[in-house]
Amino acid sequence: MDQNEKLALQKIACKTRMGAIIGTFHAKSGHPGGSLSSAEIFTYLYFKEMNVFPKDSKNPNRDRFVLSKGHCCPGLYAVLAQKGYFAFEELERLRHIGAILQGHPDMKGTPGIDMSTGSLGQGVSAACGMAKNAKMDGLDYRVYALCGDGECEEGQVWESAMFAAHHNLDNLCYIIDCNGLQIDGTVAEIGGIEPLDKKFEGFGFEVIKIDGHNFDEIEEAFKKAKQIKGKPTVIIAKTVKGKGVSFMEDKVDWHGVAPNKEQFETAMAELNAQMAALEGGNA
Amino acid sequence: MSEIITKATRESFGMALCDLAASNKDIVVLDADLAAATKTSIFRSKYPDRFINCGISECNMMGIAAGLASCGKIPFAASFAMFATGRAYEQIRNSIAYPALNVKIAGSHAGISTGEDGATHQCCEDIALMRTLPGMVVLNPADHFEMIEAVKASIAHNGPVYLRLGRLAIDSFNDPATYKFELGKGIQLHDGNDITVIASGLVVNEALKAVRELEAQGINARLINIHTIKPIDKEIIVKAAKETGHIVTVEEHNIIGGLGDAVCAVTSELCPVPVTKIGVNDQFGFSGPAKELLELFGLCKENIAKIVAGIVAK
Repeated sequence: MDQNEKLALQKIACKTRMGAIIGTFHAKSGHPGGSLSSAEIFTYLYFKEMNVFPKDSKNPNRDRFVLSKGHCCPGLYAVLAQKGYFAFEELERLRHIGAILQGHPDMKGTPGIDMSTGSLGQGVSAACGMAKNAKMDGLDYRVYALCGDGECEEGQVWESAMFAAHHNLDNLCYIIDCNGLQIDGTVAEIGGIEPLDKKFEGFGFEVIKIDGHNFDEIEEAFKKAKQIKGKPTVIIAKTVKGKGVSFMEDKVDWHGVAPNKEQFETAMAELNAQMAALEGGNA
Repeated sequence: MSEIITKATRESFGMALCDLAASNKDIVVLDADLAAATKTSIFRSKYPDRFINCGISECNMMGIAAGLASCGKIPFAASFAMFATGRAYEQIRNSIAYPALNVKIAGSHAGISTGEDGATHQCCEDIALMRTLPGMVVLNPADHFEMIEAVKASIAHNGPVYLRLGRLAIDSFNDPATYKFELGKGIQLHDGNDITVIASGLVVNEALKAVRELEAQGINARLINIHTIKPIDKEIIVKAAKETGHIVTVEEHNIIGGLGDAVCAVTSELCPVPVTKIGVNDQFGFSGPAKELLELFGLCKENIAKIVAGIVAK
């Protein structure tokens, strides 16, 4: 990837992290950890990969994105705001009464949200339905669904995987954000989802494993996914939960807890320093 | 009176769906390996490219339907009432009802008339489950002609609909020449001012036979058919409560959460009168021939007439 382009994406990802921190701080609740681990994936999808129309958000030919791990919407909202779907300031009203930004994605109330999600395991099925619709009608849009590694403990994820492969949905790409942590502890000690790559291979997917914070690897993976014909692709992205805010990194406690004022200021100072470094061109 | 058509409402549903699909290209049908039983097989044989067999995975099927609806399709997702509304309840709630997606859920083999398969397959809780979902329309058609019109109405309505289908072949009683289906409107089938019987679904014809027999005994019972359990026709219920003073509800469903409770919710608020519920008395069914089970559970004209006569005699 071109260095200037990478720098631009890194800035968007940094601002995405700020949005997730601002949103959860003002909401006094929400899920910063997984929002931060998905920041590069959200950024790449909306600023490089997907064909979307912020001023015509329901355009039938748009690519679709389903946040199956719906609780990580503060990060998604921050990217949608930067893309122009709504004002960035809306994040300050996240989870407030009457706000357009609900605690979990609401396709009826929030511009740019393609599917209401929040109950784990359900978004991937809806994504399959959208991809099947394109196949039935001969449309060429693509569908992306972001799923948590803990979410893979839900049986419906595997029902959807069987469906996607059986129906040859090569216009469908799952991304698994493998940050390794879920509410009660590590995914390894609770869920036993491994070997995730072998499972998806067995279910008929093309499997690509990447570092989910590395834009070069993200780009390569999405480019490869587009070339795969006759079967769906899954990108297994290794990430760090809480990435970008040192005291949140790899800490299970930051799954669903908002920063207090002091923590908010510390986090924003860190992110502002990262942004300043990016703006200086020496990331 | 036109000729009597003896048909299970699941079959009337399958036929209507296939007929109506010709003029509406957005209609697609999903099933979970029960097409032969839900009768979506009729649609499948004519429109294989618009039929999606999701396999034995009802939860995933509801999500697929939601995704298709978000792209403008009108998906009918069919399974047994037990698995559609029970197993996939939360998928229906969060992926279909909450975003108000235009999915029609068809639950076949509803009630104890499912028969020999027994309690695991005799769903008497589906109406209760679907009624609690904001925005969900709940339809329980009573015969062949009513089912055809209900399928039409569900397509015309933009939003989620639950359609209850039965396995047992039943006689029609409506006259297609004069029959009119209006979503949310009850239909008075028999006039009378001594008492009111309100019935829904498969048992409406039994209730009709019962009130006719009661008439011969000098008891004038009003009979109302409620095909739309939600939104329910408050007006026709309040009028009946005011004019007759006692209501008997008849349903092939648990007396908790079904038609009886829906009627009570109206009367208790707008015109309190005694309501006697005939239905499945908060119990599970068991194996046996459908007609014998219906009699054992009191969902037959004899029991309806006996209970109504007993109330009027007091």
